[in-house]
Amino acid sequence: MADLRCTIAGIDSINPFWLASAPPTDKYANVVRAFEAGWAGVVWKTLGEDPPVINVSSRYGGHFGSNRSVIGFNNIELISDRPLEVNLREIEQIRREWPDRVIIGSMMARVDEQAWKELAIKIAASGVHGIELNLGCPHGMCERDMGSAIGQVPEMIEQTTRWVREAVDIPVFTKLTPNITDILWSAQAAKAGGAHAISLINTVNSVISVDLDAMAPNPIVDGKGSHGGYCGSAVKPIALHMVAEIARSPETQGVDISAIGGIESWRDAAEFISLGANALQVCTAAMLYGFRIVDDMIDGLSSFMDSKGYRTIDDFRGLAIKNTVNWNELNMNFDTKAFIDQEACIECGRCHIACEDTAHQAIAFEVAEGGKRTFTVVDEDCVGCNLCAIICPVPDCIEMRPVKNDLPYLTWPEHPKNPLGDTK
Amino acid sequence: MAHHINKTGCAKISAAQFFDDLHRPLDGLMAVKEADHCLYCYDAPCIQACPTSIDIPTFIHQIRTGNMSGAARTILSENIMGGTCARACPTEVLCEQACVHHEGGNKTVEIGLLQRHAIDHLMAAGGSHPFSRAADTGRHIAVVGAGPAGLSFAHRAAMLGHKVSIYEAKSKPGGLNEYGLAAYKMVNDFAAREVEFLLGIGGIEIYYDKALDSSLTLDNLQAQHDAVFIGIGLGGTNGLGLDGEDLGGVMDAIDFIEDIRQTGDLSAIRLGEDIIVIGGGNTAIDAAVQAKKLGAQNVTLAYRRGEEQMGATAFEVDLARQNGVMVRLWSKPMAVQGNAAVTSMTFEHTVLKGGKLTGTGETYDIACDLALKAIGQKLEGDGLDGLTINDGKLKVSETCETSIKGVFAGGDCVRSGEDLTVQAVEDGKQAAIAVDAWLKNN
Repeated sequence: MADLRCTIAGIDSINPFWLASAPPTDKYANVVRAFEAGWAGVVWKTLGEDPPVINVSSRYGGHFGSNRSVIGFNNIELISDRPLEVNLREIEQIRREWPDRVIIGSMMARVDEQAWKELAIKIAASGVHGIELNLGCPHGMCERDMGSAIGQVPEMIEQTTRWVREAVDIPVFTKLTPNITDILWSAQAAKAGGAHAISLINTVNSVISVDLDAMAPNPIVDGKGSHGGYCGSAVKPIALHMVAEIARSPETQGVDISAIGGIESWRDAAEFISLGANALQVCTAAMLYGFRIVDDMIDGLSSFMDSKGYRTIDDFRGLAIKNTVNWNELNMNFDTKAFIDQEACIECGRCHIACEDTAHQAIAFEVAEGGKRTFTVVDEDCVGCNLCAIICPVPDCIEMRPVKNDLPYLTWPEHPKNPLGDTK
Repeated sequence: MAHHINKTGCAKISAAQFFDDLHRPLDGLMAVKEADHCLYCYDAPCIQACPTSIDIPTFIHQIRTGNMSGAARTILSENIMGGTCARACPTEVLCEQACVHHEGGNKTVEIGLLQRHAIDHLMAAGGSHPFSRAADTGRHIAVVGAGPAGLSFAHRAAMLGHKVSIYEAKSKPGGLNEYGLAAYKMVNDFAAREVEFLLGIGGIEIYYDKALDSSLTLDNLQAQHDAVFIGIGLGGTNGLGLDGEDLGGVMDAIDFIEDIRQTGDLSAIRLGEDIIVIGGGNTAIDAAVQAKKLGAQNVTLAYRRGEEQMGATAFEVDLARQNGVMVRLWSKPMAVQGNAAVTSMTFEHTVLKGGKLTGTGETYDIACDLALKAIGQKLEGDGLDGLTINDGKLKVSETCETSIKGVFAGGDCVRSGEDLTVQAVEDGKQAAIAVDAWLKNN
């Protein structure tokens, strides 16, 4: 059985699965249930200065797949709406009751040095292992100059991080918003401010859907809706990219990363770890299925590691970083072709019509006498785009087979047809 | 064991009240799950397997996107009796057999249940008829028979702008949908509701208790209309050719089913304790299963050949067995015994010898107080003089025209495909299109 312990910002964790700052970590009852279920840590729902905020009724919206599976999820909920003292006393109690679990205090405050420092000191005094700066919420709090209003300005990221570093002597996590042009600017600012770790991504700004009867965006509050934070499985690709950029950029590589964004399974977790994440935070998946999903996250990750011979998380952490490159570093001489396993093919024709209508007319379709339908790849026309392999409903029926051509690795800057030579 | 319907002593009960639906309709959750199982195949084999060529992947996709009325229109545009076909079609040998999941060895998509889901939704929603009529052509077509073929013809002809008058021998429309399918396939008076829906197109009038005979001849009809369509089905039944066939308690299974479908009081149905059903088609199964459900002690289905040769599908035969029907294969009826009423029948064991069915000489008796014959129907009826009949069916051209110019035909009375509702609907539709083209030149 693989060893799933990990360390981030100097904090030891019994496994890499934490719950992100959100409704599941709002209070004593939830957090205790999470720890009973096996979660290694929680980032407590973001705390602000008193008086607490007031939330609206009707807060979440869903983006559905055809089978009513929730692909994406959004919310217009604000930070903790309970008094600061109540939250802090509960944190203290759980810290005593669950000494092997991690609690991180998430916080946000108006852009005022004293406000940040005083709040950070109060939270640290409750016994949390670290503090996470919520610089990400793209709804509500940003209209009060907090959340993403800070996270979208690198100088303010650096400043708030520095203030908290100066105020407390526990690890500081700076949580970034994806609602920016280049995540590296944010990550560099966090690093410059002295963050021990970077947490990302916070939610993506969104209108999840429009109610066509009410003619208003969901979730609807008395006939009107507002943009909210988008999360869940659909944002995972965005999060993977941003984590990868931070992990491979010379300016930010090596900074500890607490990866967040659409993690629903052990496989998602392993992918983030392969791109350099030290630990993981989950929210939406727990909200959709309950805390029990951590069972398979732990078990699946462990089985995966066993099957690959990885004893510890560090054994495979970051292994995919070196293979994540700019487009200009890809091999122009690589050639791959689709191959359809005729035995496995169930003759649905989806590959044919996709290629015929929208790609390269590279899958021939023949109907034999008796009705047998045969779909065959026309190698000369196949550019190896993967479309057919992606849409084929049968697992492993269409395989992309690299063509042996004995040509050298040739990048676009080196390519003879590049009119700009080796500059672009 | 179900109570014997004749001995319930309870208030009068009709088939519509007594029989439960054979298939539980899909609810919203299951419909979406089932729709998601469809792969949305290109040039899908299921379309080709459907005699009416319903664009199945499209209507299932429409269910998936929540466009339920669009799904129903897709179905009905090819098959106006999609509701009955969703209930009565042997989908296991048509669309669902062609489903590519079958090729993959997986559970096939429940196309019939999805089709029913969409149609039921549209019919429950009410509203205006989903199709409209083309501009009035001023042409008037006579249709003989208000069964699936005639109604399908009438609907399409009305859509194309023609006026249609239907002459129906019975007192209700629907043909076998109303009279000849098992009650558990057509619960809640679906056949009648479907006809009412179909007539919503407008331009169709039905005259009841009007059969082709000396008072209603093809000549009259031709004289009064621009074209005639015959969709009279198969009005006669085959006999056993045995002595004793006229004994009390020996009757046609199709009449037994009609009695069940039409009576307001099932306890008035002639139902014995020991019933023999002779035949291997869907009518035999429908009769046997209903007899068992009504509480008959012993129901034996006797068929002279093996299970593979049966006209009924494997699903139907299983249904009979699950309902406690004893299925006896390779059994040829030899004699009917009894004085005033039948008391037993004698069967001879058969074998296939060089492809030919042969009796072995061994016989056995089964006691019975009711014997139901379901050994096939045949073209019968007055007023067909002048029409060429080939091999027991009306001869028609590729454009559905009979041997008399301007007289067209379709459904079970012609040889098109299997004698199924869905084939009759297709015949009617194609004939209407053919007649529309013919009228442009005549």
